[in-house]
Amino acid sequence: MERKKAKGRVFGGLIFMLAVMVLYVIVFLLNEELGLDALDHAGKLLSRLAPVLVLVFALIFVSNLLIRPAWVKTHVGQHSGLRGWAVALAGGMLSVGPIYAWYALLGDLRDKGMRPALIAVFLYSRAIKLPLLPVMIHYFGMAYTLLLIAYLLLFSLLNGMVMEKFQRS
Amino acid sequence: MQEESLWPNRKALKVSMHKTTMMFLGILPVIIGVILLTGLLIELLPVDILAAWFGQNALLDAVTGAVTGGISAGHPISSYVLGGELLNKGVSLVAVTAFLVSWVTVGSIQLPAEGVMLGWRFALVRNLLCFFSSILIALLTVATLGLAG
Repeated sequence: MERKKAKGRVFGGLIFMLAVMVLYVIVFLLNEELGLDALDHAGKLLSRLAPVLVLVFALIFVSNLLIRPAWVKTHVGQHSGLRGWAVALAGGMLSVGPIYAWYALLGDLRDKGMRPALIAVFLYSRAIKLPLLPVMIHYFGMAYTLLLIAYLLLFSLLNGMVMEKFQRS
Repeated sequence: MQEESLWPNRKALKVSMHKTTMMFLGILPVIIGVILLTGLLIELLPVDILAAWFGQNALLDAVTGAVTGGISAGHPISSYVLGGELLNKGVSLVAVTAFLVSWVTVGSIQLPAEGVMLGWRFALVRNLLCFFSSILIALLTVATLGLAG
């Protein structure tokens, strides 16, 4: 069952990548310069992302090695209670790199018993970028930044609750 | 009954490495696809075009900000810089806030990746929820700042 699910993910991913490549071929045929600039941007993004991908690989490896379904069920599972919400909130805020790099880890944790509401909380609280706070304060001021963070925290939890209700229905 | 050691043995290391490698090879096409798509969108959406999309009505500005942020992609720091530029060009704070929040919470470009990894139903509902939340947060933040003077 798990192997079938994994095969489906690989197949879906390949289809998506091929679709984007076809889009690039169309762009190149219509405007070669635009295609080259986009490719250049993508190359730069990939080089910036490489260290994050190494980190994600390491985290998934550690997750596979040490995290057992029993641990997941206790800390972020159906009956993890307040601790689960706190772990998801803190995990999202402290996670680094682009969001899509984390999907695989979250998918794996969900298969091990992570509560979907807490996946939603983790993904939403990633909006709070602690290392980037000085930049935000520089552009928008201290009061605005603190207020926005307070609302983002509140809405992380609300999103989790709504997702849970929706999943149940 | 034999007690299980906390330190993983060689076999467990090998199994985990194999599982992780296979999992990672599975997500690589998704990551490469998202990166290529992001590069294309960054080229297609320059700042001047973005600024021209905003009007004067708070709710409409919030919706436009959320839509623009939702279809934009890149490092969050780019959204702060872009948000600052939009604010300087006269775009309202409510629009810029919706833009900033939507940029980091709504992942329309990453949606295929999220759908494949976490399930389409989950991904679609979560992103829709994030979209509406960004509008609400923008309105609430600006209203609260107004009340605080």
